Amino acid sequence: MSLAFLPGALEQGLLWGPMVLGVYLTFRVLDFPDLTVDGCFTLGAATAARLILMDQDPLLATLVAVLVGALAGLITGFLHTQLKIAPLLAGILTMIGLYSINLRVMGAANLSLLRIDTTITKIENAGLPEQFAAGVLGIAVCLLVLFLLYIFLQTELGLAIRATGDNEQMIRSLGVNTNTTKMIGLALANALCALSGALVAQYQSYADIGMGIGMIIVGLASVIIGETLIGNPTLLRALIAAIIGSIIYRVVIATVLQMGLPSTDLKLLTALIVTVALAFPVIRSRYSSSLPFLGKGEVRARRQ
Amino acid sequence: MLDVNNVTKIFNRGNINEKVALTGLSLHLDPGDVVTIIGSNGAGKSTLLNVVAGVFPIDKGEILIEGRAVHKEPEHVRAAYIGRVFQDPNLGTAASMTIEENLALALRRGNRLGLRRGTGKKRRELFRERLKLLGLGLEDRLTTKVGLLSGGQRQALTVIMATIAAPKLLLLDEHTAALDPKTAQTVLELTEQVIAQEQLTTLMVTHNMEQALRVGNRTIMMHEGRIILDIKGAKRQNMKVSDLLQMFEKASGKTFANDRMLLSN
Repeated sequence: MSLAFLPGALEQGLLWGPMVLGVYLTFRVLDFPDLTVDGCFTLGAATAARLILMDQDPLLATLVAVLVGALAGLITGFLHTQLKIAPLLAGILTMIGLYSINLRVMGAANLSLLRIDTTITKIENAGLPEQFAAGVLGIAVCLLVLFLLYIFLQTELGLAIRATGDNEQMIRSLGVNTNTTKMIGLALANALCALSGALVAQYQSYADIGMGIGMIIVGLASVIIGETLIGNPTLLRALIAAIIGSIIYRVVIATVLQMGLPSTDLKLLTALIVTVALAFPVIRSRYSSSLPFLGKGEVRARRQ
Repeated sequence: MLDVNNVTKIFNRGNINEKVALTGLSLHLDPGDVVTIIGSNGAGKSTLLNVVAGVFPIDKGEILIEGRAVHKEPEHVRAAYIGRVFQDPNLGTAASMTIEENLALALRRGNRLGLRRGTGKKRRELFRERLKLLGLGLEDRLTTKVGLLSGGQRQALTVIMATIAAPKLLLLDEHTAALDPKTAQTVLELTEQVIAQEQLTTLMVTHNMEQALRVGNRTIMMHEGRIILDIKGAKRQNMKVSDLLQMFEKASGKTFANDRMLLSN
Protein backbone atom coordinates (compact mmCIF):
# COMPACT_ATOMS: atom_id res chain seq x y z
CA MET A 1 0.00 0.00 0.00
CA SER A 2 1.37 3.38 -0.91
CA LEU A 3 1.72 5.92 1.88
CA ALA A 4 1.40 8.86 -0.48
CA PHE A 5 -1.90 9.77 1.16
CA LEU A 6 -0.31 10.52 4.53
CA PRO A 7 0.78 14.15 3.97
CA GLY A 8 -2.68 14.98 2.64
CA ALA A 9 -4.34 13.37 5.65
CA LEU A 10 -2.04 15.29 7.97
CA GLU A 11 -2.91 18.59 6.28
CA GLN A 12 -6.61 17.85 6.51
CA GLY A 13 -6.33 16.86 10.15
CA LEU A 14 -4.67 20.16 10.94
CA LEU A 15 -7.05 22.33 8.92
CA TRP A 16 -10.06 20.60 10.50
CA GLY A 17 -8.33 20.95 13.90
CA PRO A 18 -9.96 24.23 14.99
CA MET A 19 -13.38 22.72 14.27
CA VAL A 20 -12.53 19.74 16.50
CA LEU A 21 -11.40 22.12 19.24
CA GLY A 22 -14.75 23.87 18.84
CA VAL A 23 -16.61 20.59 19.28
CA TYR A 24 -14.43 19.80 22.29
CA LEU A 25 -15.35 23.18 23.72
CA THR A 26 -19.09 22.66 23.40
CA PHE A 27 -19.44 18.94 24.05
CA ARG A 28 -16.81 18.47 26.71
CA VAL A 29 -16.09 21.82 28.32
CA LEU A 30 -19.52 23.41 28.15
CA ASP A 31 -21.45 20.12 28.21
CA PHE A 32 -23.67 21.57 25.49
CA PRO A 33 -24.28 19.27 22.49
CA ASP A 34 -24.17 21.98 19.86
CA LEU A 35 -25.28 20.99 16.37
CA THR A 36 -24.77 24.48 14.98
CA VAL A 37 -21.38 23.14 13.85
CA ASP A 38 -22.75 21.57 10.64
CA GLY A 39 -24.18 24.83 9.36
CA CYS A 40 -21.41 26.94 10.79
CA PHE A 41 -18.61 25.08 9.04
CA THR A 42 -20.27 25.76 5.69
CA LEU A 43 -20.98 29.34 6.77
CA GLY A 44 -17.26 29.91 7.33
CA ALA A 45 -16.44 28.38 3.95
CA ALA A 46 -19.16 30.32 2.15
CA THR A 47 -18.26 33.65 3.73
CA ALA A 48 -14.55 33.30 3.01
CA ALA A 49 -15.10 32.05 -0.55
CA ARG A 50 -17.55 34.79 -1.41
CA LEU A 51 -15.30 37.54 -0.02
CA ILE A 52 -12.26 36.15 -1.81
CA LEU A 53 -14.21 36.08 -5.06
CA MET A 54 -15.11 39.73 -4.38
CA ASP A 55 -11.38 40.44 -4.46
CA GLN A 56 -10.99 40.82 -0.75
CA ASP A 57 -7.77 39.86 0.94
CA PRO A 58 -7.97 36.12 1.78
CA LEU A 59 -6.72 36.73 5.30
CA LEU A 60 -9.39 39.35 5.89
CA ALA A 61 -11.98 37.02 4.35
CA THR A 62 -10.95 34.31 6.82
CA LEU A 63 -11.21 36.73 9.73
CA VAL A 64 -14.68 37.84 8.70
CA ALA A 65 -15.69 34.18 8.43
CA VAL A 66 -14.55 33.67 12.02
CA LEU A 67 -16.65 36.61 13.23
CA VAL A 68 -19.71 35.44 11.32
CA GLY A 69 -19.23 32.00 12.87
CA ALA A 70 -19.21 33.54 16.34
CA LEU A 71 -22.47 35.27 15.46
CA ALA A 72 -24.04 31.93 14.53
CA GLY A 73 -22.97 30.60 17.94
CA LEU A 74 -24.59 33.58 19.61
CA ILE A 75 -27.87 32.82 17.84
CA THR A 76 -27.88 29.28 19.20
CA GLY A 77 -26.97 30.71 22.59
CA PHE A 78 -29.82 33.18 22.42
CA LEU A 79 -32.31 30.45 21.48
CA HIS A 80 -31.19 28.38 24.44
CA THR A 81 -30.58 30.93 27.18
CA GLN A 82 -33.29 33.49 26.42
CA LEU A 83 -36.00 31.44 24.72
CA LYS A 84 -35.27 28.32 26.81
CA ILE A 85 -35.08 25.99 23.82
CA ALA A 86 -33.27 22.73 24.59
CA PRO A 87 -29.60 22.71 23.52
CA LEU A 88 -29.96 20.05 20.81
CA LEU A 89 -32.98 21.74 19.27
CA ALA A 90 -31.48 25.22 19.51
CA GLY A 91 -28.46 24.00 17.55
CA ILE A 92 -30.58 22.24 14.94
CA LEU A 93 -32.72 25.33 14.41
CA THR A 94 -29.67 27.50 13.78
CA MET A 95 -28.17 24.82 11.55
CA ILE A 96 -31.28 24.60 9.38
CA GLY A 97 -31.61 28.37 9.20
CA LEU A 98 -27.96 28.62 8.19
CA TYR A 99 -28.58 26.35 5.19
CA SER A 100 -30.61 29.08 3.52
CA ILE A 101 -28.26 31.78 4.69
CA ASN A 102 -25.28 29.89 3.29
CA LEU A 103 -27.01 29.67 -0.09
CA ARG A 104 -27.63 33.38 0.00
CA VAL A 105 -24.04 34.13 0.98
CA MET A 106 -22.70 32.04 -1.86
CA GLY A 107 -25.42 32.93 -4.35
CA ALA A 108 -25.08 29.38 -5.68
CA ALA A 109 -24.76 25.85 -4.31
CA ASN A 110 -21.01 25.97 -4.78
CA LEU A 111 -18.24 28.42 -5.50
CA SER A 112 -14.94 27.58 -7.14
CA LEU A 113 -11.72 29.19 -5.98
CA LEU A 114 -9.55 27.60 -8.64
CA ARG A 115 -6.74 29.83 -9.89
CA ILE A 116 -7.71 32.48 -7.38
CA ASP A 117 -5.48 33.86 -4.67
CA THR A 118 -6.14 32.30 -1.27
CA THR A 119 -4.26 32.26 2.02
CA ILE A 120 -2.54 29.10 0.81
CA THR A 121 -1.38 30.49 -2.54
CA LYS A 122 -0.17 33.54 -0.61
CA ILE A 123 2.05 31.35 1.49
CA GLU A 124 3.32 29.66 -1.67
CA ASN A 125 4.04 33.05 -3.20
CA ALA A 126 6.02 33.94 -0.10
CA GLY A 127 8.51 31.32 -1.21
CA LEU A 128 7.40 28.14 0.53
CA PRO A 129 7.40 24.98 -1.61
CA GLU A 130 3.90 24.24 -2.82
CA GLN A 131 3.63 20.84 -1.14
CA PHE A 132 4.28 22.33 2.32
CA ALA A 133 2.06 25.39 2.16
CA ALA A 134 -1.15 23.87 3.48
CA GLY A 135 0.68 21.87 6.13
CA VAL A 136 2.56 24.89 7.41
CA LEU A 137 -0.63 26.93 7.49
CA GLY A 138 -2.39 24.14 9.37
CA ILE A 139 0.39 23.82 11.94
CA ALA A 140 0.56 27.58 12.44
CA VAL A 141 -3.20 27.93 12.86
CA CYS A 142 -3.50 24.95 15.20
CA LEU A 143 -0.61 26.12 17.39
CA LEU A 144 -2.03 29.62 17.57
CA VAL A 145 -5.56 28.47 18.38
CA LEU A 146 -4.27 25.93 20.88
CA PHE A 147 -2.15 28.53 22.63
CA LEU A 148 -4.89 31.16 22.78
CA LEU A 149 -7.51 28.68 23.93
CA TYR A 150 -5.21 27.26 26.59
CA ILE A 151 -4.52 30.74 27.97
CA PHE A 152 -8.15 31.79 27.73
CA LEU A 153 -9.50 28.75 29.55
CA GLN A 154 -7.30 29.65 32.51
CA THR A 155 -8.48 33.23 32.79
CA GLU A 156 -11.25 34.01 35.25
CA LEU A 157 -13.76 34.07 32.44
CA GLY A 158 -12.39 30.84 31.01
CA LEU A 159 -12.63 29.15 34.41
CA ALA A 160 -16.24 30.30 34.71
CA ILE A 161 -17.04 28.79 31.30
CA ARG A 162 -15.47 25.49 32.31
CA ALA A 163 -17.33 25.52 35.62
CA THR A 164 -20.61 26.18 33.77
CA GLY A 165 -20.23 22.89 31.94
CA ASP A 166 -19.08 21.07 35.05
CA ASN A 167 -21.43 22.30 37.77
CA GLU A 168 -23.91 24.95 36.80
CA GLN A 169 -25.49 25.26 40.24
CA MET A 170 -22.13 25.83 41.86
CA ILE A 171 -20.96 28.52 39.49
CA ARG A 172 -24.30 30.31 39.73
CA SER A 173 -24.02 30.22 43.52
CA LEU A 174 -20.67 31.97 43.01
CA GLY A 175 -22.39 34.85 41.26
CA VAL A 176 -21.78 33.99 37.63
CA ASN A 177 -24.53 34.47 35.06
CA THR A 178 -24.38 31.13 33.28
CA ASN A 179 -26.36 32.51 30.34
CA THR A 180 -23.41 34.77 29.60
CA THR A 181 -20.80 32.06 29.94
CA LYS A 182 -22.80 29.77 27.65
CA MET A 183 -23.13 32.49 25.02
CA ILE A 184 -19.41 33.20 25.08
CA GLY A 185 -18.53 29.51 24.91
CA LEU A 186 -20.87 28.93 21.97
CA ALA A 187 -19.60 31.99 20.12
CA LEU A 188 -16.02 30.84 20.58
CA ALA A 189 -16.70 27.26 19.51
CA ASN A 190 -18.55 28.31 16.39
CA ALA A 191 -15.90 30.89 15.52
CA LEU A 192 -13.37 28.06 15.55
CA CYS A 193 -15.65 25.92 13.44
CA ALA A 194 -16.10 28.68 10.87
CA LEU A 195 -12.33 29.18 10.83
CA SER A 196 -11.91 25.55 9.80
CA GLY A 197 -14.59 25.97 7.15
CA ALA A 198 -12.84 29.02 5.72
CA LEU A 199 -9.46 27.28 5.66
CA VAL A 200 -10.83 24.07 4.15
CA ALA A 201 -12.59 25.99 1.37
CA GLN A 202 -9.29 27.63 0.47
CA TYR A 203 -7.47 24.31 0.72
CA GLN A 204 -9.94 22.50 -1.55
CA SER A 205 -10.39 25.54 -3.80
CA TYR A 206 -14.15 25.40 -3.51
CA ALA A 207 -17.00 25.96 -1.10
CA ASP A 208 -20.03 23.71 -1.31
CA ILE A 209 -23.42 23.92 0.42
CA GLY A 210 -23.09 20.31 1.59
CA MET A 211 -19.55 20.43 2.94
CA GLY A 212 -20.64 20.80 6.57
CA ILE A 213 -23.00 17.82 6.66
CA GLY A 214 -22.04 15.43 9.43
CA MET A 215 -19.32 17.77 10.69
CA ILE A 216 -20.52 17.33 14.25
CA ILE A 217 -19.92 13.58 14.01
CA VAL A 218 -16.49 14.09 12.47
CA GLY A 219 -15.68 16.44 15.35
CA LEU A 220 -16.98 14.02 17.96
CA ALA A 221 -15.12 11.09 16.41
CA SER A 222 -11.90 13.10 16.51
CA VAL A 223 -12.46 14.21 20.12
CA ILE A 224 -13.14 10.64 21.23
CA ILE A 225 -10.15 9.23 19.33
CA GLY A 226 -7.93 11.86 20.93
CA GLU A 227 -9.31 11.22 24.43
CA THR A 228 -8.83 7.49 24.07
CA LEU A 229 -5.28 7.64 22.75
CA ILE A 230 -3.88 10.72 24.47
CA GLY A 231 -6.18 11.10 27.48
CA ASN A 232 -7.21 14.28 29.26
CA PRO A 233 -5.55 14.44 32.68
CA THR A 234 -4.71 18.10 32.20
CA LEU A 235 -6.29 20.88 30.18
CA LEU A 236 -3.31 21.23 27.84
CA ARG A 237 -3.23 17.53 27.16
CA ALA A 238 -6.97 17.46 26.44
CA LEU A 239 -6.61 20.29 23.91
CA ILE A 240 -3.65 18.63 22.18
CA ALA A 241 -5.59 15.35 22.18
CA ALA A 242 -8.36 17.01 20.16
CA ILE A 243 -5.91 18.06 17.42
CA ILE A 244 -4.14 14.69 17.37
CA GLY A 245 -7.55 13.03 17.25
CA SER A 246 -8.42 15.13 14.23
CA ILE A 247 -5.24 14.03 12.44
CA ILE A 248 -5.67 10.37 13.30
CA TYR A 249 -9.27 10.47 12.14
CA ARG A 250 -8.14 11.76 8.73
CA VAL A 251 -5.42 9.11 8.53
CA VAL A 252 -7.97 6.39 9.28
CA ILE A 253 -10.35 7.76 6.64
CA ALA A 254 -7.57 8.06 4.05
CA THR A 255 -6.43 4.52 4.82
CA VAL A 256 -9.84 2.92 4.33
CA LEU A 257 -10.33 4.92 1.13
CA GLN A 258 -6.95 3.69 -0.04
CA MET A 259 -8.09 0.15 0.74
CA GLY A 260 -10.99 0.55 -1.64
CA LEU A 261 -13.97 1.81 0.40
CA PRO A 262 -16.21 3.91 -1.85
CA SER A 263 -16.09 7.51 -0.67
CA THR A 264 -19.88 7.59 -0.58
CA ASP A 265 -19.74 5.18 2.39
CA LEU A 266 -17.59 7.51 4.47
CA LYS A 267 -20.38 9.06 6.52
CA LEU A 268 -21.67 5.61 7.46
CA LEU A 269 -18.19 4.59 8.53
CA THR A 270 -17.80 7.73 10.65
CA ALA A 271 -21.17 7.14 12.29
CA LEU A 272 -20.10 3.58 13.10
CA ILE A 273 -16.78 4.72 14.58
CA VAL A 274 -18.55 7.19 16.88
CA THR A 275 -21.22 4.64 17.85
CA VAL A 276 -18.62 2.05 18.81
CA ALA A 277 -16.57 4.61 20.72
CA LEU A 278 -19.63 5.86 22.66
CA ALA A 279 -20.93 2.35 23.32
CA PHE A 280 -17.61 0.87 24.35
CA PRO A 281 -17.82 1.65 28.10
CA VAL A 282 -21.35 0.20 28.28
CA ILE A 283 -20.42 -2.93 26.37
CA ARG A 284 -17.37 -3.37 28.53
CA SER A 285 -19.31 -3.18 31.77
CA ARG A 286 -22.07 -5.47 30.56
CA TYR A 287 -19.93 -8.23 29.13
CA SER A 288 -16.73 -7.93 31.11
CA SER A 289 -17.26 -11.24 32.89
CA SER A 290 -17.64 -13.23 29.71
CA LEU A 291 -15.13 -11.20 27.73
CA PRO A 292 -12.30 -10.52 30.19
CA PHE A 293 -10.06 -9.08 27.49
CA LEU A 294 -12.25 -5.99 27.48
CA GLY A 295 -10.78 -4.93 30.78
CA LYS A 296 -12.38 -3.85 34.04
CA GLY A 297 -16.13 -3.84 34.18
CA GLU A 298 -16.71 -0.33 35.32
CA VAL A 299 -18.52 2.25 33.29
CA ARG A 300 -16.04 5.04 33.12
CA ALA A 301 -17.61 8.16 34.52
CA ARG A 302 -17.31 11.05 32.15
CA ARG A 303 -15.95 13.11 34.95
CA GLN A 304 -14.26 11.68 37.97
CA MET B 1 -28.56 42.36 58.62
CA LEU B 2 -31.08 39.96 57.15
CA ASP B 3 -34.79 40.68 57.20
CA VAL B 4 -37.29 38.18 55.92
CA ASN B 5 -40.67 39.93 56.05
CA ASN B 6 -43.89 38.00 55.76
CA VAL B 7 -42.62 35.72 53.00
CA THR B 8 -44.90 33.20 51.38
CA LYS B 9 -43.71 30.58 48.93
CA ILE B 10 -46.12 28.26 47.14
CA PHE B 11 -44.96 25.48 44.84
CA ASN B 12 -47.12 24.28 41.92
CA ARG B 13 -49.65 27.01 42.46
CA GLY B 14 -53.15 26.20 41.23
CA ASN B 15 -52.12 22.64 40.59
CA ILE B 16 -53.26 19.48 42.37
CA ASN B 17 -49.72 19.24 43.78
CA GLU B 18 -49.90 22.72 45.28
CA LYS B 19 -47.72 22.96 48.34
CA VAL B 20 -47.38 25.95 50.61
CA ALA B 21 -43.74 25.79 51.68
CA LEU B 22 -43.50 29.08 53.57
CA THR B 23 -46.51 30.75 55.18
CA GLY B 24 -45.99 34.44 55.90
CA LEU B 25 -42.65 33.74 57.48
CA SER B 26 -40.72 36.56 59.16
CA LEU B 27 -37.20 36.43 60.53
CA HIS B 28 -34.74 39.10 61.60
CA LEU B 29 -31.02 38.50 61.98
CA ASP B 30 -28.57 40.90 63.62
CA PRO B 31 -25.04 41.15 62.28
CA GLY B 32 -22.97 38.23 63.56
CA ASP B 33 -26.02 36.12 64.44
CA VAL B 34 -25.44 32.42 63.91
CA VAL B 35 -28.84 30.78 63.73
CA THR B 36 -29.39 27.05 63.58
CA ILE B 37 -32.61 25.83 61.98
CA ILE B 38 -34.31 22.56 62.82
CA GLY B 39 -37.68 21.17 61.92
CA SER B 40 -39.61 18.15 60.77
CA ASN B 41 -39.64 16.79 57.23
CA GLY B 42 -41.01 19.31 54.76
CA ALA B 43 -41.09 22.12 57.32
CA GLY B 44 -39.61 24.53 54.79
CA LYS B 45 -36.05 24.77 56.13
CA SER B 46 -34.32 24.32 52.79
CA THR B 47 -36.96 26.43 51.06
CA LEU B 48 -36.19 29.28 53.45
CA LEU B 49 -32.50 29.10 52.54
CA ASN B 50 -33.31 28.81 48.86
CA VAL B 51 -35.59 31.86 48.76
CA VAL B 52 -32.98 33.90 50.61
CA ALA B 53 -30.37 32.77 48.07
CA GLY B 54 -32.74 33.48 45.18
CA VAL B 55 -33.03 29.96 43.82
CA PHE B 56 -36.83 30.36 43.80
CA PRO B 57 -38.77 33.61 43.50
CA ILE B 58 -41.15 34.31 46.39
CA ASP B 59 -44.91 34.74 46.04
CA LYS B 60 -45.38 37.36 48.76
CA GLY B 61 -43.34 39.44 51.17
CA GLU B 62 -39.85 40.85 50.96
CA ILE B 63 -36.27 39.96 51.76
CA LEU B 64 -33.73 42.59 52.77
CA ILE B 65 -30.00 42.29 53.25
CA GLU B 66 -28.50 45.24 55.11
CA GLY B 67 -31.72 47.09 54.45
CA ARG B 68 -31.64 46.57 50.69
CA ALA B 69 -34.48 44.65 49.08
CA VAL B 70 -32.95 41.72 47.24
CA HIS B 71 -35.92 39.45 46.58
CA LYS B 72 -36.23 40.59 42.97
CA GLU B 73 -32.57 40.06 42.17
CA PRO B 74 -31.67 36.87 40.31
CA GLU B 75 -29.63 34.22 42.07
CA HIS B 76 -26.30 35.11 40.46
CA VAL B 77 -26.60 38.74 41.54
CA ARG B 78 -27.43 37.87 45.14
CA ALA B 79 -24.58 35.38 45.13
CA ALA B 80 -22.22 38.33 45.36
CA TYR B 81 -22.95 38.62 49.05
CA ILE B 82 -24.23 35.18 49.98
CA GLY B 83 -21.94 32.18 50.54
CA ARG B 84 -23.57 28.77 50.35
CA VAL B 85 -22.67 25.20 51.23
CA PHE B 86 -25.01 22.43 50.10
CA GLN B 87 -25.67 19.04 51.62
CA ASP B 88 -24.23 17.16 48.64
CA PRO B 89 -20.46 17.67 48.53
CA ASN B 90 -20.61 17.28 44.74
CA LEU B 91 -22.75 20.39 44.37
CA GLY B 92 -20.34 22.90 45.82
CA THR B 93 -17.30 22.21 43.68
CA ALA B 94 -16.44 21.59 40.02
CA ALA B 95 -14.99 18.08 39.82
CA SER B 96 -13.11 18.40 36.55
CA MET B 97 -11.26 21.50 37.72
CA THR B 98 -8.32 21.77 40.09
CA ILE B 99 -8.48 22.92 43.71
CA GLU B 100 -6.88 26.27 42.86
CA GLU B 101 -9.22 26.84 39.91
CA ASN B 102 -12.24 26.24 42.14
CA LEU B 103 -10.84 28.63 44.75
CA ALA B 104 -10.07 31.24 42.10
CA LEU B 105 -13.73 31.34 41.07
CA ALA B 106 -14.81 31.53 44.70
CA LEU B 107 -12.39 34.35 45.39
CA ARG B 108 -13.90 36.43 42.59
CA ARG B 109 -17.46 35.84 43.80
CA GLY B 110 -19.71 38.65 42.66
CA ASN B 111 -16.98 40.45 40.73
CA ARG B 112 -16.85 40.88 36.99
CA LEU B 113 -14.77 38.10 35.56
CA GLY B 114 -12.12 39.31 33.21
CA LEU B 115 -9.25 37.98 31.17
CA ARG B 116 -6.88 37.92 34.09
CA ARG B 117 -5.27 34.62 34.88
CA GLY B 118 -7.38 32.91 37.53
CA THR B 119 -4.52 31.50 39.56
CA GLY B 120 -1.60 33.87 39.90
CA LYS B 121 1.26 33.56 42.36
CA LYS B 122 -0.27 35.91 44.93
CA ARG B 123 -3.60 34.13 44.84
CA ARG B 124 -1.92 30.76 45.25
CA GLU B 125 -0.35 31.98 48.46
CA LEU B 126 -3.73 33.07 49.77
CA PHE B 127 -5.23 29.69 48.78
CA ARG B 128 -2.46 27.81 50.57
CA GLU B 129 -2.92 29.89 53.66
CA ARG B 130 -6.67 29.25 53.71
CA LEU B 131 -6.34 25.55 52.98
CA LYS B 132 -3.88 25.14 55.84
CA LEU B 133 -6.79 25.86 58.19
CA LEU B 134 -8.26 22.53 57.16
CA GLY B 135 -5.26 20.51 58.23
CA LEU B 136 -5.98 18.09 55.40
CA GLY B 137 -2.81 18.71 53.42
CA LEU B 138 -4.78 20.22 50.53
CA GLU B 139 -2.44 23.23 50.49
CA ASP B 140 0.13 21.01 48.79
CA ARG B 141 -2.31 19.71 46.20
CA LEU B 142 -3.46 22.92 44.54
CA THR B 143 -3.34 21.43 41.05
CA THR B 144 -5.19 18.23 41.97
CA LYS B 145 -8.58 17.83 40.33
CA VAL B 146 -11.34 18.18 42.91
CA GLY B 147 -13.00 15.02 41.60
CA LEU B 148 -10.13 13.04 43.11
CA LEU B 149 -10.90 14.26 46.64
CA SER B 150 -13.11 12.47 49.16
CA GLY B 151 -16.57 13.79 50.04
CA GLY B 152 -15.28 15.24 53.31
CA GLN B 153 -12.35 16.95 51.64
CA ARG B 154 -14.66 18.40 49.00
CA GLN B 155 -17.08 19.68 51.60
CA ALA B 156 -14.26 21.24 53.61
CA LEU B 157 -13.07 22.91 50.42
CA THR B 158 -16.60 24.16 49.78
CA VAL B 159 -16.66 25.81 53.21
CA ILE B 160 -13.43 27.60 52.35
CA MET B 161 -14.89 28.57 48.95
CA ALA B 162 -18.10 29.88 50.48
CA THR B 163 -16.22 32.13 52.89
CA ILE B 164 -13.03 33.19 51.09
CA ALA B 165 -14.62 36.30 49.56
CA ALA B 166 -16.09 37.52 52.88
CA PRO B 167 -19.83 37.12 52.18
CA LYS B 168 -22.37 39.14 54.15
CA LEU B 169 -24.40 36.03 54.78
CA LEU B 170 -23.50 32.34 54.98
CA LEU B 171 -26.13 29.68 54.25
CA LEU B 172 -25.41 26.12 55.31
CA ASP B 173 -27.95 23.51 54.24
CA GLU B 174 -27.27 20.36 56.28
CA HIS B 175 -23.75 20.58 55.01
CA THR B 176 -22.42 17.80 57.21
CA ALA B 177 -25.34 15.40 56.76
CA ALA B 178 -23.82 13.39 53.91
CA LEU B 179 -20.48 12.85 55.65
CA ASP B 180 -19.34 10.10 57.99
CA PRO B 181 -19.50 11.15 61.68
CA LYS B 182 -15.80 11.85 62.08
CA THR B 183 -15.50 13.91 58.90
CA ALA B 184 -18.76 15.68 59.75
CA GLN B 185 -17.24 16.72 63.07
CA THR B 186 -14.09 18.04 61.36
CA VAL B 187 -16.07 20.00 58.78
CA LEU B 188 -18.36 21.43 61.47
CA GLU B 189 -15.42 22.51 63.62
CA LEU B 190 -13.84 24.16 60.62
CA THR B 191 -17.11 25.94 59.84
CA GLU B 192 -17.42 27.26 63.38
CA GLN B 193 -13.82 28.43 63.30
CA VAL B 194 -14.29 30.34 60.04
CA ILE B 195 -17.60 31.85 61.17
CA ALA B 196 -15.99 33.09 64.39
CA GLN B 197 -12.91 34.40 62.60
CA GLU B 198 -14.82 36.29 59.91
CA GLN B 199 -17.81 37.09 62.18
CA LEU B 200 -20.19 35.83 59.54
CA THR B 201 -23.93 36.13 59.88
CA THR B 202 -25.07 32.57 59.33
CA LEU B 203 -28.17 30.46 58.77
CA MET B 204 -27.48 26.79 59.32
CA VAL B 205 -29.99 24.02 58.74
CA THR B 206 -29.12 20.89 60.66
CA HIS B 207 -30.72 17.55 61.40
CA ASN B 208 -28.78 17.13 64.60
CA MET B 209 -30.62 18.60 67.61
CA GLU B 210 -27.64 18.49 69.90
CA GLN B 211 -25.65 20.34 67.27
CA ALA B 212 -28.49 22.82 66.79
CA LEU B 213 -28.29 23.80 70.45
CA ARG B 214 -24.52 23.85 70.69
CA VAL B 215 -23.57 25.75 67.53
CA GLY B 216 -24.35 29.45 67.17
CA ASN B 217 -26.26 31.82 69.41
CA ARG B 218 -29.84 31.17 68.42
CA THR B 219 -32.02 28.25 67.33
CA ILE B 220 -35.26 28.39 65.41
CA MET B 221 -37.61 25.50 64.83
CA MET B 222 -39.81 25.35 61.78
CA HIS B 223 -43.04 23.51 61.18
CA GLU B 224 -45.33 23.64 58.14
CA GLY B 225 -43.72 26.74 56.70
CA ARG B 226 -43.68 28.71 59.93
CA ILE B 227 -41.24 29.44 62.70
CA ILE B 228 -42.79 27.89 65.80
CA LEU B 229 -39.90 28.31 68.22
CA ASP B 230 -37.18 30.92 68.50
CA ILE B 231 -34.73 30.28 71.31
CA LYS B 232 -31.76 32.38 72.33
CA GLY B 233 -29.81 33.69 75.29
CA ALA B 234 -29.79 32.07 78.69
CA LYS B 235 -32.85 29.99 77.96
CA ARG B 236 -31.02 28.32 75.10
CA GLN B 237 -27.87 27.69 77.10
CA ASN B 238 -29.58 25.48 79.63
CA MET B 239 -31.69 23.64 77.13
CA LYS B 240 -31.43 19.95 76.42
CA VAL B 241 -32.58 18.01 73.37
CA SER B 242 -35.45 16.49 75.35
CA ASP B 243 -36.67 19.97 76.32
CA LEU B 244 -36.56 20.95 72.70
CA LEU B 245 -38.65 17.96 71.66
CA GLN B 246 -41.18 18.71 74.36
CA MET B 247 -41.41 22.33 73.28
CA PHE B 248 -41.93 21.22 69.72
CA GLU B 249 -44.84 18.97 70.65
CA LYS B 250 -46.43 21.72 72.66
CA ALA B 251 -46.01 24.32 69.93
CA SER B 252 -47.12 22.18 67.00
CA GLY B 253 -49.48 19.74 68.67
CA LYS B 254 -47.70 16.91 66.89
CA THR B 255 -44.85 14.54 67.59
CA PHE B 256 -41.60 15.39 65.99
CA ALA B 257 -41.09 13.63 62.68
CA ASN B 258 -37.77 13.91 60.95
CA ASP B 259 -36.43 10.53 59.93
CA ARG B 260 -32.85 11.56 59.82
CA MET B 261 -33.03 13.52 63.03
CA LEU B 262 -34.53 10.66 64.99
CA LEU B 263 -32.05 8.22 63.54
CA SER B 264 -29.08 10.38 64.34
CA ASN B 265 -29.97 11.12 67.95
